[in-house]
Amino acid sequence: MSIAIKAENLGKKYAISHEKKQRHHCNTLQESLTSMGKHLWRRCQHPLSQTSDAFDIEEFWALKDVSFNIKQGERVGIIGRNGAGKSTLLKILSRITSPTTGKVTIKGRVSSLLEVGTGFHPELTGRENIFLNGAILGMNKEEIKRKFDEIVSFAEVEKFLDTPVKRYSSGMYVRLAFGVAAHLEPEILIVDEVLAVGDLTFQNKCLSRMTEIGQSGRTVLFVSHNLNAVKQLCDRAILIENGSLRLEGTSDTVVESYVSSVAIHLAPSKEYEKNKDKVTAEIRAVSVTNEGATVDRVDLKDEIFVHMEYELYRDLTGISVGLQIIDIPSGQTILSSPDPELDVSRLGLRKQGLYRAIVRIPGNLLNTSTYTVKVGISDRYRIYDCIEDVVFEVVDRAGIVNIFGRKRKNSILSTQLIWDLYRLS
Amino acid sequence: MSQAINKSLSPSPEEIIISPEKSLTNLRRELWAYKDLFYILAWRDFKVRYKQTAIGAAWAIIRPLLTMIVFTVVFGRLAKLPSDGVPYPVLVFTAMLPWYFFASSFQASSNALISNADMIRKIYFPRIIMPISKLFVNLVDFLISFAILIMLMVWYRVTPSINILFLPLLLLMAGMAAAGAGLWFAALNVTYRDVCYLVPFIVQLGLYISPVGFSSSVIPDQWRIIYSINPMVGVIDGFRWAVFGQDVNISVLSFILSTVFIILLFASGIWFFQKTERNFADVI
Repeated sequence: MSIAIKAENLGKKYAISHEKKQRHHCNTLQESLTSMGKHLWRRCQHPLSQTSDAFDIEEFWALKDVSFNIKQGERVGIIGRNGAGKSTLLKILSRITSPTTGKVTIKGRVSSLLEVGTGFHPELTGRENIFLNGAILGMNKEEIKRKFDEIVSFAEVEKFLDTPVKRYSSGMYVRLAFGVAAHLEPEILIVDEVLAVGDLTFQNKCLSRMTEIGQSGRTVLFVSHNLNAVKQLCDRAILIENGSLRLEGTSDTVVESYVSSVAIHLAPSKEYEKNKDKVTAEIRAVSVTNEGATVDRVDLKDEIFVHMEYELYRDLTGISVGLQIIDIPSGQTILSSPDPELDVSRLGLRKQGLYRAIVRIPGNLLNTSTYTVKVGISDRYRIYDCIEDVVFEVVDRAGIVNIFGRKRKNSILSTQLIWDLYRLS
Repeated sequence: MSQAINKSLSPSPEEIIISPEKSLTNLRRELWAYKDLFYILAWRDFKVRYKQTAIGAAWAIIRPLLTMIVFTVVFGRLAKLPSDGVPYPVLVFTAMLPWYFFASSFQASSNALISNADMIRKIYFPRIIMPISKLFVNLVDFLISFAILIMLMVWYRVTPSINILFLPLLLLMAGMAAAGAGLWFAALNVTYRDVCYLVPFIVQLGLYISPVGFSSSVIPDQWRIIYSINPMVGVIDGFRWAVFGQDVNISVLSFILSTVFIILLFASGIWFFQKTERNFADVI
């Protein structure tokens, strides 16, 4: 088999400038203008200085020295945590952005689906948008004509072909968008998490379409947080961590080592130093405990306490502290619970200070798996802080079935339900 | 279905090399490969142009007609500027054809990238397609206005000269000027949104320093050279020369100056756009 994608020492550098903590707030236009004027004046006096007064320019390598080969016809999954550099890699491979260092040689036509429905025009009808979107994704007119009926029946929008898509329901819109995308026939297909659209039936339809594309000898690159889907769809996988390629191998081994590395590297509790950039509110510590002690592994039947410490640096109203429990292998959020969930009055003023919140997760709820705890502080307009570092594992010590490496219950939740039984005759 | 997919796999696929430096040489090949996208973007703009308007394409007629009437009254009747022996409304309208084509194309292509930021961020295509395709919608408006010009000429009994055969060439010059300026500003617009405010200002100012409402013969000789740096001077004078023949005063020197400037603008526009293109997705 010949090589379809050959990446050599790929690197991508971003220059990020972020504002230093402001010593004084600019509340009026005049104040911000004068501070801008001062800034400009200093800049003119020292035109060569790298960092200016109000901004820190920081170099950041989103991707560093990444090399790999992908053979023709292979289906390769790319996994890694948020911000590891997966999207940057995809953007380089699909030529949306150019690398800072290195080189990629690609044999064949590439289509990338970083998002479905890009370029859809709301004023145009479904029919017109199929042609428009098809052309945007790299199909020529003949190809689209040939595929037209298939796309329409895949998306189930026959009746609304001549309706402007701005009148479509969001489900119809997404189905049409994916319908066009799913009928691309490039030699190399790059997919980023687009399977997470539509209802379950439609998702399965998309998944089987992906498998079909993969089986037809096309090279597929697939980025997803859903590790199970990666295992199911891909022969091989690449693990990216902090911009570097950490591991390459069969999808089963890479996924497994990723899950266990997440479990090893990330502690069941984490404390955070005061960050000078965070001026309003900040999460200071998160931990998972059981019977008063921090634990990284709990039994299926045990209850779990999530402790969150956060500090508000000024009095705030309308803030919400959110807690999510995410199942790592599937990428699914299992639980989601914001602070003022039941009590709206808690959206009122909250005084500045250090707070601790404790949430109890009952036993026999989370099934055996590895979970991350995601905690965020936000109000309606912005997110002040959000962290996702704490990981814990739920194991089944009692179950005999567990010996064979299986879940006692083949379901998302492990809740035990009561069966009432009556003999009727 | 998978049978059908197999068939379209080409035996010897083309090779793409992605590296930090992008070469200019394969631009032509790429544009050819994406020609369908080019057509369809132009078609899209045309299609949505007058959606949800009450009188639709009539705007393409009303706008230049009203402007022509105002200019004729202000410059011809009130200021009593010379018209080189041509009916003033026709003199103005002839100039407005290339001017509006230039101004609308320039304005649309300067905004072409930021108004399609989503596509730039998510999909690869030769970015240059985006601003250039904007010229074609405005070409349609130009053709509509041209039909009105013919009617005006019939009404005022103006016979066109044989020079009218040069009109396509002059239109091409207007297009190159719009594309050159448009590419510069579209690329700058990605980083500096100041362009959004600058371009309407340039267009507004340009209308007064270009010979739209008046004839170039009112410009004193000592100002002629500076006046001709404006690339639209050559194009507009050329248009009048093509339509009215030798009656109209045209300076060869100023025409050559404008032409050279247009070629420079166009070439540098492509160069600058190509140079900055690869970072668009990161910055926009």
